[in-house]
Amino acid sequence: MEIINLEGTEDTPKILLDKGNGIFEISGRSLPEDSAEFYQPILDWIAAYGEDPNPETLFTFKLEYFNTASSKLILDVLSSLEDIDGVTIDWYFHEDDEDMEEAGEEFSELVEIPFEFKTY
Amino acid sequence: MKYIYDLHKTMLSKNLILVYEGEFTQEITKSVLAMAERNMDSMGEESSIKRKVFNVMVECLQNIVKHSDDFNPLSAKRNAAVFIIGKEDDRYVVTSGNPVDTDAKESLKKRIDDINELDKDGLKSMYKDIIKSNSLSNKGGAGLGFVDMARKSGQKLEYDFEDMGEGFHFFSLTTTILRF
Repeated sequence: MEIINLEGTEDTPKILLDKGNGIFEISGRSLPEDSAEFYQPILDWIAAYGEDPNPETLFTFKLEYFNTASSKLILDVLSSLEDIDGVTIDWYFHEDDEDMEEAGEEFSELVEIPFEFKTY
Repeated sequence: MKYIYDLHKTMLSKNLILVYEGEFTQEITKSVLAMAERNMDSMGEESSIKRKVFNVMVECLQNIVKHSDDFNPLSAKRNAAVFIIGKEDDRYVVTSGNPVDTDAKESLKKRIDDINELDKDGLKSMYKDIIKSNSLSNKGGAGLGFVDMARKSGQKLEYDFEDMGEGFHFFSLTTTILRF
């Protein structure tokens, strides 16, 4: 399966989706002008991955900041992972970033996937 | 050239650290954010406060990028939106202003009044209801910007509509982030 490897920019997150090495990560800042357009290839990739997933998928979110339009798309990403067996979310937040911790808690309440909360 | 001195004095007396008037795009948004971030860094602002101010600025700026073209009686001549950051000893004040028509005025007023009636838990459940049920608008907005600004700031959103004539109103929105 193809690897998605996007470098982060000042308004888009770093994305690494690599089935072979079992690395699934979204990190950095997410405030693109068109969040739906930015996240569509990621949603497409996850849909294809879901056809033949690894036995276990540890999906890491290590976001410094995301805007509200991105939050809707992050929920779409989580919802698409919900249908795949063996998915766990590692939700990282900076140790003094209560808002990012709370955002992760809210997402965990909206989808049926186990979340692990970690600080960096 | 006296207006330059007057503008300078106004900015000082109102404690404004950044005023931008003109065209609003994603590129301009990034530049304004970078300037404001550098300004807060150079003043040694705490990272938790910086994040909140950044958050409110993004929602405010992207609202203008998405909506300022909707109703702009002056658009043939010039862009009419404005974005301002003020800093006082105990707070940052993020303000935007742009023209809207009467329909937009009524719907904005209702949405902000509804948000201002809610406490922390009420805002949290409103946020979750909207994110679960809404799809993105044709402009790519999630309908969450105002709720998010109220949540991150922990303060009521202040607004005003100045009559511009010909069925237009200048919509000003102010969000305050306390530093302590």
